[in-house]
Amino acid sequence: MSNSDARLRIGFIPLCDATALFVAVDKGFTAAEGLDVELVREVSWSNVRDKLNIGLFDAAHLIAPVAIASSLGLGHVKVPIIGPFGLGVNGNAITVSPSLYAAIAAAADGNITDPMVSARALARVVANRKAKGEEPLTFGMTFPFSTHNYHLRFWMAASGVDPDEDVRLVVLPPPYMVESLANKHVDAFCVGAPWNSVAVDLGIGFILHFASEILAHAAEKLLAVRRRWADENPEVLARLVRAHRRAAQFVEDHANLDEVAALLAAPNRIGVAPEIIKRTLDGRMKVAPDGTVRIDRSYLLVGRDGAARPDPVQAVWLYAQMVRWGQAPLSPEFLAETKAVFRPDLYDAALPGDVQCRCKKPADGIGAFAGPAFDADDVAAHLAAWKIKR
Amino acid sequence: MDVSLKIVIVDESPVRAAILEDGLREAGFIQVVHLDATANLLARIYSIDPDVILIDLENPSRDVLEQMFQVSRAVRRPIAMFVDQSDAGSIQASVDAGVSAYIVDGLKKERIKHILDLCISRFNAFSRLQAELDQTKTALEERKVIDRAKGILMNAKKLPEDAAYALLRRTAMNENRKIAEVAQSVITAAELLK
Repeated sequence: MSNSDARLRIGFIPLCDATALFVAVDKGFTAAEGLDVELVREVSWSNVRDKLNIGLFDAAHLIAPVAIASSLGLGHVKVPIIGPFGLGVNGNAITVSPSLYAAIAAAADGNITDPMVSARALARVVANRKAKGEEPLTFGMTFPFSTHNYHLRFWMAASGVDPDEDVRLVVLPPPYMVESLANKHVDAFCVGAPWNSVAVDLGIGFILHFASEILAHAAEKLLAVRRRWADENPEVLARLVRAHRRAAQFVEDHANLDEVAALLAAPNRIGVAPEIIKRTLDGRMKVAPDGTVRIDRSYLLVGRDGAARPDPVQAVWLYAQMVRWGQAPLSPEFLAETKAVFRPDLYDAALPGDVQCRCKKPADGIGAFAGPAFDADDVAAHLAAWKIKR
Repeated sequence: MDVSLKIVIVDESPVRAAILEDGLREAGFIQVVHLDATANLLARIYSIDPDVILIDLENPSRDVLEQMFQVSRAVRRPIAMFVDQSDAGSIQASVDAGVSAYIVDGLKKERIKHILDLCISRFNAFSRLQAELDQTKTALEERKVIDRAKGILMNAKKLPEDAAYALLRRTAMNENRKIAEVAQSVITAAELLK
């Protein structure tokens, strides 16, 4: 490929963790790399996956487990997908209805900002409801192969709540989450920004947990491309990664916060108030309708703490959840395929000398609130640690 | 024809759903149900218990259907996406047309191929209709703008109607713009000078 302009179509879902992609295009970082990018807004992860798979998109903002599922051929056609750049680490939250929040708070034996305390309280609430013959609680999440699904399951199962037997987990498109909580179709949901904040601002939800409290470091979205496309267009791919690295650095410079928030607030990007986006990027989250703020600098990591460089350990943790919940078999072949989805080597090739050593990653790369340290070379040990699994 | 197949159409566009439903009935599929709203979609689908589900790709609820792939307590009959590994062309055609099909696992692909082809052609026909409608609407709007501008010119310059129109057309040609654009400028200017 020469240095002439390359035209790329890139799909996205309007969420805060597409920030680096928006900034790369809207601030001209892709153009500076000779890339003529058309951003295409999508309404479902199924659409993003299918359009990437059949080549209608050259690249996409993609939820990490979908990239893995597609590469393993789980649930649909098998197309190997790779992620040479991480668009976001963390960024999800669990939001609950005011009545469920009150019930969990009443059943808690400690501070419910501790996910172990809240999970134990949830177990009591679930048991009480069962004893009274009430309907099981319903939790919304975004996709069967989603971080949201796995974060919810990991959290509740730690205290003995079986996510398939004791509660209902249902898929809801992110734009419908808030409405579904308001009209009581769900009691809680796990979704990315900005939807948790929207529910809090409307006074219909309490943010119970940031995903970063459940797992200190959890890969969320990838800049994803077909492996075949990457093989055929290595030069274009390197330029795309460089433009995104520049964008991620721009986003993490606090001086640019207002500009980035204004850019993302545009109707053709995320289309919510800039204030909500600022809270997310700044990690200063309003967690309750009364205005209570909880600060977590790792609420959403875009370019900090090694978030942009894909880590295969993250891929393996996600695969381990697929195995734990019966979505995938445990096999050496699948494990190898999974590791090959996250591509730090392509990141390094595009960005020689990029400094990554200052990252504040947990020792095992994951930092889960429960269970033994994660060993990416021993998925069986991870599974053996849990009583509740499929 | 395969009259025994129960088909659900999930589409928020009533017109497109009607076009598709008609086509399916003409082809002999008599058990066709259209769902428009998306609340409680999964529960409603399970109560109908269809063999085939067709959904438009503009519908965010497509992700809800993906849940049916999972074998779990909530899922009565596993559903698969209609994909044929050997037939990339039909996936491409359906995504291009904006429709996706889900089938009960185990249903023979040959039984659904005809339905999917019909969907694709009806969805494409709807897109063409929509484009024509948009074009007609635009033409009508432009006509109104030109008529108003003509009136303004006739008044201001004491011109007969055909001369006013000729003036608009000549100006548009000289400036390499559309007549409707020049007419809009005349209206804007007249409002400013009021």
